[in-house]
Amino acid sequence: MKWKSISRMGDRGILIEFPQEISEKILQTILEAKVTLSKINLEQKVEITNTYDSLLISYPSAIRDVYSELKVVSNALRATNISKNIDKRIFKIPVCYEAEYAPDLNDVAELKNIKKEELISLHSTPVYLVYFTGFLPGFLYLGGLNQKIATARKNTPRKIVTKGSVGIAEDQTGIYPQESPGGWQIIGRTPLDLFNANSKIPSPFVAGDFVRFQPVSNLEYFQIEEEVKQGIYEFEIIKSNG
Amino acid sequence: MNSKSSNPMGEVVVKQPGLFSTIQDFGRFGSRKYGVPESGIMDRYAFKICNLILGNSENDAVLEITFVGPVLEFNAATNICIGGANLSPKINDLKIDLNTAYQIKAGDILSFGKRKSGFRSYLAIKNGFQSPEILGSRSWFEAVTGNHRLQKNQLLHYRASEAIKSFSHSAIQVDTDYLNSEMIETYEGPEFGKLPESLQKLIFQKKLMVHGDSNRMAVQFEESIQNDLKGIHTSPVMPGSVQLTPSGQLIVLMRDCQTTGGYPRVLQLSEYGIQVISQKIPGEAVQFYRKR
Repeated sequence: MKWKSISRMGDRGILIEFPQEISEKILQTILEAKVTLSKINLEQKVEITNTYDSLLISYPSAIRDVYSELKVVSNALRATNISKNIDKRIFKIPVCYEAEYAPDLNDVAELKNIKKEELISLHSTPVYLVYFTGFLPGFLYLGGLNQKIATARKNTPRKIVTKGSVGIAEDQTGIYPQESPGGWQIIGRTPLDLFNANSKIPSPFVAGDFVRFQPVSNLEYFQIEEEVKQGIYEFEIIKSNG
Repeated sequence: MNSKSSNPMGEVVVKQPGLFSTIQDFGRFGSRKYGVPESGIMDRYAFKICNLILGNSENDAVLEITFVGPVLEFNAATNICIGGANLSPKINDLKIDLNTAYQIKAGDILSFGKRKSGFRSYLAIKNGFQSPEILGSRSWFEAVTGNHRLQKNQLLHYRASEAIKSFSHSAIQVDTDYLNSEMIETYEGPEFGKLPESLQKLIFQKKLMVHGDSNRMAVQFEESIQNDLKGIHTSPVMPGSVQLTPSGQLIVLMRDCQTTGGYPRVLQLSEYGIQVISQKIPGEAVQFYRKR
């Protein structure tokens, strides 16, 4: 297994850095390392999380013997072999691209010199890889946006972006899991709840999952919103291996 | 009010909310994967001492009180202990000592006066405040618990307990020197090596004045450090991570910080460093030093 460095992050973290690129291949390597590390015995109950090119082992309290922990971690990684393919999960996320939910759709289409319909199609065709969750509770970092619709952030961020808004910023696309200030170009909205602190599993996505945006009409949006409110909405998940 | 045996719940009534107070325990661990901040008390040392003095469990929730204290009325008997910053606490207009257990009767009023040292004070109560536990913690964080800060007329729940006669805490030595320290203990952060040598030196020489915008999410400073470090791919951050922005702002992330960030992480405070900096008031100076 290839990693760049293993180092302490202050007195209650160990940071493992991988080659600095954003790719599905590196993510696979990182997720395998995560599985390996989740099985080893460390001195505290830790949480291991990843970003594009890093794994952080976070300890609740200061590590007593950081050098011995660093050694345990590097030995475990050295002994790891690349494992087999894990099942792919693709989550369908309904998005309404109609005007009232998409304040920047026209501007982005104009900037990119394409029709609205083409923008929607380019945004809703790919399967996006979930690299990790960060920034806000339930905010997914997604990779795979078509370069044709990569768009700079708004010059002036909005004070309030509505919960569920789907946006584009440079070569990223994402969903605001709750109301927040933000500068992303908003091209649609999902009626889904992407983060629920009172649920046993506050968010169903894990790093390595995929999502696809499913265009829905105004009417379907309301229907799904109602199902979400009643707690009977179920994610449509497609499974495939390899 | 109610007899303690049939209704063991007591309530604190918030008469005046003060500046900014929140319920906190040790923090929320295991939910970083959902992008949920750790939260938890800023000053772990003060928290530990107060709970220890009351004979509480080490994770019992306390009220973290910032700078200007609230006025609180208790409606059932219990024991309390106040630690951390000295905001001149009083029970029914009688001054009380810090890091000392006191008995509370129904109807007693706790209030605060002039700040004498530190920035954040802790009110610990026998068996802890019983606010709902969400994702394994009672710590308030708006996106998770819906609570932002203490409000007037709000009720805080606790399990009433009869007066405990003696506290055997004479063995506990309380260190309060850190409240007046301006030296902040740090380690090098992941991007420290990307700083030019001159800035690697400067960052440990410069006195930095705590900015008024500082809060539970981050401490910022009046001064800036000119640099041309490039941004990084969004990467893990944790409480104590010190980010350096392109405009030269140093941002010391605190307990409510995001789980990831894209600014270079030049330093990482130790837990002791976080303890010291969380007791600094805006306008006070601090200086980083390196622990190897």
